Amino acid sequence: MATQPFDVAELRTNIAKRRRWDVIFGLVELVATMVGVVVLLTLFIDLIIDGWQHVTNKAFFLNFPSRRPAEAGILSAWVGTALVMVVTFLAAAPLGVAAAIYLEEYAPKNWLTELIEVNVTNLAAVPSIVYGLLALGLFVYILGFGHSILTAGLTLALMILPVIIVATREALRAIPLDIREAAYALGATRWQVVSDHLVPYASGGILTGVIIGMARAIGETAPLITIGALTFIAFLPPIPFTGEPPAGPFDWLFSPFTVLPIQMFNWLSRPQPAFHELAAGVGIVIIVATLLMNGIAIWLRYRIRRNLTW
Amino acid sequence: MPPSETVKAEARRFSFYYGNTQALKEVTMPVYDKRVTALIGPSGCGKSTFLRSFNRMHDLYPNNRYEGEIRLYPENINLVAPDVDPIEIRMRVAMVFQKPNPFPKSIFDNVAYGLVIRGITNRSELADRVEMALKGAALWDEVKDRLDALGTSLSGGQQQRLCIARALATEPEILLLDEPTSALDPIATASIEDLVSELSDRVTILVVTHNMQQAARISDYTAFMFLGELIEFGPTDELFVRPKEKQTEDYITGRFG
Repeated sequence: MATQPFDVAELRTNIAKRRRWDVIFGLVELVATMVGVVVLLTLFIDLIIDGWQHVTNKAFFLNFPSRRPAEAGILSAWVGTALVMVVTFLAAAPLGVAAAIYLEEYAPKNWLTELIEVNVTNLAAVPSIVYGLLALGLFVYILGFGHSILTAGLTLALMILPVIIVATREALRAIPLDIREAAYALGATRWQVVSDHLVPYASGGILTGVIIGMARAIGETAPLITIGALTFIAFLPPIPFTGEPPAGPFDWLFSPFTVLPIQMFNWLSRPQPAFHELAAGVGIVIIVATLLMNGIAIWLRYRIRRNLTW
Repeated sequence: MPPSETVKAEARRFSFYYGNTQALKEVTMPVYDKRVTALIGPSGCGKSTFLRSFNRMHDLYPNNRYEGEIRLYPENINLVAPDVDPIEIRMRVAMVFQKPNPFPKSIFDNVAYGLVIRGITNRSELADRVEMALKGAALWDEVKDRLDALGTSLSGGQQQRLCIARALATEPEILLLDEPTSALDPIATASIEDLVSELSDRVTILVVTHNMQQAARISDYTAFMFLGELIEFGPTDELFVRPKEKQTEDYITGRFG
């Protein structure tokens, strides 16, 4: 059979034709990426234009909210957010990590644990206001915690539990079987394997999960409105752990409170433009706090993983 | 039993099941005290499964089942019996794995771990025993100046000797080696083989290998397994020179496997 003479010109037309699609799709993808970036940037720049004067003003952080925009600040809101986050962290981190360790290391693999696993994953997708409803019934009415920092912290803790559980399980699963076998082969008990090896090696992933969960919680508004967070608070909760025992050190837990996103929501709902600028200031504070937490999470993960090779 | 040998452990009609799959069929053989016994056979013959039964590693996974006995002397207990605590067995029967698996901790902490989990916290005692174990594993001279370095930062052969040191630190009665050199280069392999010969004065060694030359070089006794059954067991020189079974002969002359 005679070989076809090789037609270079035809080959080049063919390549050029295929290249065209390369260019077209490259452009489409660039535009798609830009939509996200540009929108986010516009949002952030807009916030900064409106709110910059406030976040650079010390009084904004040291004043209580006020009827007069010029005197209004976010003292009660950021203190409230900080205290609620402390409660959220203390409740969610140990519970979430323990639940993940149980599911991953202790639970027998049967239909019941399968069911629990599916549920935990789905809980992450439950709208946050539904958690507010649950919390209103459970913490406010049944347990009688009131419209307090404690209720808010526990509500947000419930909400971010699935995030922490899923992240912790993934971190545990990333630890090779070899390492577990090495520890067991030396005669370690299950708890020794968990506490001496699995938790330390998974700590990067666990911390990331906790911080990302907290970053999500810090911006939550809906569930806290449901449980009755106040929108106007011109006093601070008692300083934690300073009152007279037995109840004094913990009285802050039962104090009414407001948080940053609720303060923002309150100001946004007023007609005066001056309040909208205040709201933009709160927006900047929340975004910076969230970015900072995510940044810490990335940094921690990098720091801890650097020392882990299997 | 050959004269002058003491039996350290003995499998008696020992079978093992992964779920419904029988992986070992009524294996009966002795493991002699302070001798090196090699388990050889083609892939899937059950030699690793057999080895891992000696320190109850199969208990870590569901649906595994032991049948028959592995007696451990001098107490003469059946180490696979359900009422025998696997943790006790693992503290007496140590294991080194195919792939070096040091903990991502310091060299010191790696070797000390077996001691720490049994509650030894005295720093100087730990230091002494870590040094002894590292010397025993012929690693001391290479790492004595950097005991704080990560165990995972060592080379492959060093990592495997670290794992041997970790297993030796608790002075086990039996040392199980599961293809300890299959992930190593020839030089590291030679150093591990030398080490095994030295250690056999102090500890009973059971080693799985798919390298017949290695079995011939380092072991006193050899067991040839095939499809979950023990085909032949005997002194290594005899089994390699005058195998009694046709299958053994076919395998060691390279006709299959």
